[in-house]
Amino acid sequence: MPQLFRSVSGGLINRSELLRFTFDGKDYTGYEGDTLASALLANGVRLVGRSFKYHRPRGILTAGVEEPNALVELRSGGRQEPNTRATVVELYDGLDANSQNRWPSLKFDFLSINQYAGPFLSAGFYYKTFMWPPSFWEPVYERIIRRAAGLGFAAESNDPDHYEKANAHCDLLVIGAGPTGLQAALTAARAGARVLIADDGSRFGGALLDERVTIDGKDGAAWVDAAIAELESYAHVRMFPRTTVFGRYDAGTYGLLERIGDHLAEPAPYTARQCLWRVFAKRSILATGAIERPIVFGDNDRPGVMLAGAARTYANRYGVQAGKKVVVCGNNDDIARTVADLGAAGATIAAVVDTRATGGAEDLGRPIYRNSVVRRALGGQYVQGVEIGEVGGGISTEKIDCDAVVMTGGWSPNIYVATHLGQKPSYDEKIVGFTMPSDLGEMTIAGAANGIYDTAGCLAAGAAVATSALDAMGMSGAKGDTALDVDEGPSGQIEPFFYVKDATGKCFVDFQNDVTDKDLKLAIQEGYDSAEHAKRYTTFGMATDQGKTGSLNGAAILADALGSSIADVGVTTARPPYTPVSFGAWAGHAVGEEFQPTRRTPMHDWHEENGAVFVEAGLWYRPAYYREPGETTWQESSDREVLATRGSVGLSDVSTLGKIDVQGPDAGAFLNKLYVNGWTKLAVGKARYGLMLREDGFVMDDGTTSRLDEDHYLMTTTTANAGPVMAHMDYCHQILWPELDVQFVSVTEQWAQMAIAGPNARKTLQGVVDDFDLSNEAFPFMGAANLTILGGMPARLFRISFSGELAYELAVPADLGIAAWKGIMAAGAPYNITPYGLEALGAMRIEKGHPAGPELDGRTTADDLGMGRMHSKIKDFIGKTLAERPALKETNRPQLVGIRPVDASERVSAGAHLLPPGAEQVIANDQGWISSASHSPTLESWIGIGFLKNGRDRIGERLLAVDFVREREYQVEIVSPHMVDPKGEKLHG
Amino acid sequence: MRIDCPHCGLRSNEEFTIKGEVPKARPDAEAGQDAYVDYVYIDKNTRGRNVEHWHHSGGCRAWLVVERNTITHEIYSVIDVQEAQ
Repeated sequence: MPQLFRSVSGGLINRSELLRFTFDGKDYTGYEGDTLASALLANGVRLVGRSFKYHRPRGILTAGVEEPNALVELRSGGRQEPNTRATVVELYDGLDANSQNRWPSLKFDFLSINQYAGPFLSAGFYYKTFMWPPSFWEPVYERIIRRAAGLGFAAESNDPDHYEKANAHCDLLVIGAGPTGLQAALTAARAGARVLIADDGSRFGGALLDERVTIDGKDGAAWVDAAIAELESYAHVRMFPRTTVFGRYDAGTYGLLERIGDHLAEPAPYTARQCLWRVFAKRSILATGAIERPIVFGDNDRPGVMLAGAARTYANRYGVQAGKKVVVCGNNDDIARTVADLGAAGATIAAVVDTRATGGAEDLGRPIYRNSVVRRALGGQYVQGVEIGEVGGGISTEKIDCDAVVMTGGWSPNIYVATHLGQKPSYDEKIVGFTMPSDLGEMTIAGAANGIYDTAGCLAAGAAVATSALDAMGMSGAKGDTALDVDEGPSGQIEPFFYVKDATGKCFVDFQNDVTDKDLKLAIQEGYDSAEHAKRYTTFGMATDQGKTGSLNGAAILADALGSSIADVGVTTARPPYTPVSFGAWAGHAVGEEFQPTRRTPMHDWHEENGAVFVEAGLWYRPAYYREPGETTWQESSDREVLATRGSVGLSDVSTLGKIDVQGPDAGAFLNKLYVNGWTKLAVGKARYGLMLREDGFVMDDGTTSRLDEDHYLMTTTTANAGPVMAHMDYCHQILWPELDVQFVSVTEQWAQMAIAGPNARKTLQGVVDDFDLSNEAFPFMGAANLTILGGMPARLFRISFSGELAYELAVPADLGIAAWKGIMAAGAPYNITPYGLEALGAMRIEKGHPAGPELDGRTTADDLGMGRMHSKIKDFIGKTLAERPALKETNRPQLVGIRPVDASERVSAGAHLLPPGAEQVIANDQGWISSASHSPTLESWIGIGFLKNGRDRIGERLLAVDFVREREYQVEIVSPHMVDPKGEKLHG
Repeated sequence: MRIDCPHCGLRSNEEFTIKGEVPKARPDAEAGQDAYVDYVYIDKNTRGRNVEHWHHSGGCRAWLVVERNTITHEIYSVIDVQEAQ
């Protein structure tokens, strides 16, 4: 298909590199250097999408990131990407794009009927129309609305590409590489400052690539090439094209998105698609230019209605005509250069419509209508003419045929990134736009972003702000350039004009969100009488657009409706990101298995080789159970492991428990502060169970601590609390009791630890220890000792038990873990030693009524757990005073109990609530809950432990367990939590 | 946000954990419940300049006293708690 709207020559495109692409399945061609938008326009494609709410036909309004209309779906499969702006999508060979929000096709869209249902879909229609009945909201209304008022569709399969994250530091961050930014970067670079300059375009240059301008006799693009070449020559300058500075954060921190592979069909091998940069800058210069404003008139969204600056960009940079017969309208001096540039690109100017009575270029050689406005664009799927009339005249006086309307309402400084820290822009009547105050901390705004619109002024501003930034950093060097000689069309003179007051047709203010002048007036009428309220009511300035093209026009309409001024109405808050940042970039490498770090115990490989099925416990991978041939469910495996352990001997990896080595003359005194119970009288060679509270009196953690020497203790914590307990100890020592002479360090990863449990535990262990008396008399329950095993391997042995069996925990240096484990497996072989995982460990601790994570949930007291008597009366400890509060001592508090189902085949479920049988199932009748549940092969029944009001006095009572999540109810009997070997005969044996 | 740890230098905020504003001194064991309720629960909840405890949990593990603006995250001073006592 020929490119009928491509001019015969000119532009910064490479006409020798023809690229093929498809749009909605149809084949087209463009050139290297095109965007998708310029290539579509070159091919005469104007209808590129349907609008958000009314499904109106939409075309291309802009040539940059502010594009509200031309949102397309790119690529397919895992690389499908919705809502990309065709104006910034770089064309590549084979690009595949589709229009959005239309069905069945772009040209015939069923829901375009919405535009005729105008009053029904006006602002706030969600709230008014879809209120009743409330039960219809989620299943009916929301689904219909989501389907009708949506944009593109996200990919449904995994993204095959990868994304990076990186940090960078610099003296000066220059945001935007137009004339201001380049001149600022050159000035700072020449003085030796570390400069980082970023621009969201594929090529540095900004407006110098879009406008016809000469600097020092060179055309704009050539001057840019020379500037880039000079910047490239400095080792201390980093240049980031295709990179958006999307957010400004505290203390000179900026978020940047670098699009490394978006302009390619697929990223190059071993490179990321995008990189999310965090840049720390001493100073920054915001040189982001300005965004042109549309004029609000009737049906100003017809495809073919375009901003004047965009039309010039398409003509000058891409050699593309916005139309063959163009009406130029506006309120400022840009009219003249628009007429000249479009004329030079081969278009006929049908008419010039200027809101100003005088001023501007007089001799344009075209019919010129002064004091006049375009009142309405005519046509359907593309513009075919305009109605014009006098400013404020109220009627149309003439029709003019055309195939494009280009408009300029003036420029709004692009200050979005500067506002991210909460400073408010203020209205500047001189430039007819909002600007930011000069004091912005480390940031300075310059050039068009500061309301300076001529190239000479921008170049001078860039040099000046860079010089001030160098001064502020105490750097000096070559000061600003001598003034450059610039030749370009006139600019600057403007008369405020925002919207046609009594236009016919729909007059769009916010194109992306389909918000019209009438919607804003309605919001005021209904009492939403501030810019921020009107925004919420109408969706004006929301979503990815953030009011880029519409904010000032909207403020003007609101100001008139309120009888107020633009300055008083202000603009709504724009929040980061400036343009959308993909989830992939935010996630970086943290996806799938790499979502978080993985911790493996020293015996991990053995578990893996022996059928372990792992479960994640925080960052740790722990064996849940070991699947033997023929076993099909976790319960079969777990039951076998429990019975084998209780029947003979089992071996379990408990290396994940937190271990903290505590040493020093005051080690015991320090432990006294941390735990409710006492430590100074613990004999060397003994272990003790300890309970730790928070200062508010609730239980924080528990574990056993052993005294290995006079001044040397070894603490253990639960797996989950190892980190928090260590931080708590740092706090207690550094802030509360710095006078205590104690040192401690986490040794969790330095020691492999394993539990040997069951009636044959001692006999098994006998096979590995070197000359150590394991008899009950020599090494009784709660003994702790240093010893050697397997012919000289250093080890620590603790006679402690979580399973309730005769049990030991053996610790060896981590790198010896596998050797020790294998040694024990060999020594236990005659007793059919069985490795057991977390499921079996859980079943056995529930059988014994030992609390763990679900019981230590931050809401339980020591007394709730049946351990109130552990509180020392004679020493101070964390939590002592507040644990004595009356509400924490009430007998009606939930207390730890055992739970047995009345029907032994009934499954007990954690999370079920306990209610009196027959009582209404409401919170007022709630008596407690089941916190942990397991199948008990020992008792041949499901069992649980949980909390019941005054539970210790209610043993034998029958209650109804109600599991609201699983929608089950079953009868349970309240029993002692010690359901197996309640007298503890086994562990003392 | 970056914190200038007196031991490690200027480091990124993900290395640190905030505990909250620096409380009054921990009361004596005999001070009674009211004193402890005040110590544990009553915060000034300042909007603006706030003096806080931060832990360099991903670094040297020192507890720090950080004076920070809760609106802007501007940091005015960072010292080790030992120095503050």
